[in-house]
Amino acid sequence: MRQRSLAALALAAALTVTTAGCTVERHWGGGSNAGGGGKAKVGLVTKTDTNPYFVELRAAAKAAAEANGAEFSALAGQFDGDNDGQVRAIENLMQQGANTILITPSSSTGVLDAIDRARKAGVLVIALDTATEPDTAVDATFATDNFEAGRQQGAYVKAALNGKPPKLFMVDGTAGSTVDTQRHTGFLKGIGLTDASPEIKGKTPANGDQSLAQQGVENLLQRTTDINAVYTMNEPMGRGTYAALQARGLVNQIVMGSIDGGCEGVKNVRDGQYAATVMQFPKKMAEQGVLAAVEYAKTGKKPSGFVNTGSAVITDKPIPGVESQDTKWGLENCWGTK
Amino acid sequence: MTTATLKGNERPSIGEFFLRAPAVGPALALLVAIVVFSLSTDTFLDLDNLSLVVQQSLVVGTLALGQTLIILTAGIDLANAAAMVLATLIMAKLVVGGVSGIWALLLGIVATVVIGMVTGSLVTRIKLPPFIVTLGLLTVLTAAAKLFASGQAVPVADELLKWLGTRRYLFGGIPITYGMTLALLMYLGLWYALTRTPWGKHVYAVGNAPESARLSGIKVNRTILSVYIVAGVIVGIAAWQALGRVPNADPNAFQLGNLDSITAVVLGGASLFGGRGSVLGTMMGALVVAVLRSGLTQLGVDALYQDVATGALLIGAVCVDRFARRQQS
Repeated sequence: MRQRSLAALALAAALTVTTAGCTVERHWGGGSNAGGGGKAKVGLVTKTDTNPYFVELRAAAKAAAEANGAEFSALAGQFDGDNDGQVRAIENLMQQGANTILITPSSSTGVLDAIDRARKAGVLVIALDTATEPDTAVDATFATDNFEAGRQQGAYVKAALNGKPPKLFMVDGTAGSTVDTQRHTGFLKGIGLTDASPEIKGKTPANGDQSLAQQGVENLLQRTTDINAVYTMNEPMGRGTYAALQARGLVNQIVMGSIDGGCEGVKNVRDGQYAATVMQFPKKMAEQGVLAAVEYAKTGKKPSGFVNTGSAVITDKPIPGVESQDTKWGLENCWGTK
Repeated sequence: MTTATLKGNERPSIGEFFLRAPAVGPALALLVAIVVFSLSTDTFLDLDNLSLVVQQSLVVGTLALGQTLIILTAGIDLANAAAMVLATLIMAKLVVGGVSGIWALLLGIVATVVIGMVTGSLVTRIKLPPFIVTLGLLTVLTAAAKLFASGQAVPVADELLKWLGTRRYLFGGIPITYGMTLALLMYLGLWYALTRTPWGKHVYAVGNAPESARLSGIKVNRTILSVYIVAGVIVGIAAWQALGRVPNADPNAFQLGNLDSITAVVLGGASLFGGRGSVLGTMMGALVVAVLRSGLTQLGVDALYQDVATGALLIGAVCVDRFARRQQS
């Protein structure tokens, strides 16, 4: 099978050379990667391969591939922002003859060139988790609507404040990242503020990191402890923030929300570290991605557009008017180690 | 290429052989890796793939070229990748601001040269250890890049800035990019400068024994400063290479570029104590890492095990170096 595909590749390469002369610019993997009437070969490229979120995504994709008789291989960048590593991964997957590449792009613009090359070679490319800019750079995007997830968090916090005007700290992720921006603006929309609102008493970027969040909030608390609401962009930062708030004895006066839906985060909500988290569903993204790959390999049909894989507020303090699930449901549906 | 000498007509021991030709070890490793991967996968020994492997090693390979010069003088550059990232952002933002590609490119290179001059001056005039200077610069430049770009990646549309990666021709059936061609020319140029010119001899002498170099009339400080400036030019060109590979200047990119470049230089047989190493060795070192990554990926080896393999190879290379030195003494 492999021998035959290699022969096909060689033939395709030879054909390209003979038909187009010998100083042509051509695209790698020429001809062997297209779908239709064959076996699905799915490659997954995540931002890193150590973050539990991506571990879950990879495990789900692998399981779905096995269940559907597709070949599967997973590669990753070395750190968040490793565009070069992701480009390398795309090239290597094409070299191995993948006909579908599922990618969580490290930056929304970083790997577009390589994605373009892959698509021109007939590879179906689906962005998982993080959208590209423009979103038409990929065939389809299966992801959480991060703006909506942020909005849900904001709406919950607003409702939980029960009419009190918010005095808010915002713990952001990596400045400038798309996901961060979408969740941040979504949250503000949900709580009914803007970036210029005086209700925002402090902001700190913490790169998604627990200890940086703790430091950042400790520093903000030096300025003021008169707050009643905290936005955190993900759960590790929620834990760091909680540690800082707890040290100052502020936990009980504050409504804190987060986003992710990792099992540890759901447990944090159950244990009362923060009031609510918004769960996203990496497993769905991965499974739908693999199913699309199998479909493409069989029929050549490509999915298109943005497919929202959904998000759900998880809390044990439900508030009328805000749709939510409790932590029991959360623990059944969370990602990561249960 | 090295300062180790042979006495009379003695046959060199294995250790002396490695000392005389530091590129031999990494070349052997490269050959072994290529043979193993060619036999164990269907996809490795493929002209397109071999071309890809070289392209994948270009940015680190270019950074490593500048790093070689600095390590030859017993220095180290922890800030080269950060300076490169800043240069990619300068180039990209200038182009977005309407400056032509050629000026953006030149100004980006000017920036890295200025950084090289600052580093070199701190090392030679104030006698600060290069490790400390570049550690500080690493932090400063990383922050500067993020501030300059407001944390945002800047896509690059300019043809000239992308040129090294996008334009390619076929040579004997192998797709060659202009980036590969430029890297080869740079390696050849620096090889010539280091082995065939007085400047090159001074660089080795300064790294080997600065005091005796000074006594024999070599202007030690001026030589070291020139090394940092040339390395600055190379880092600027690495930025161009990086935009050729990924036409998107990202302040979060290449966080491990400094360490990767040091790995390539050390795998290439250079000594971190200065005075020993070669451009050819560095080229092999950079290629060995890229070949390992590509081959192991195609074998389906987990990326973390690939890191284990690369790290082990690095320690192995230094062991060979130690062994060779002991044989010599």
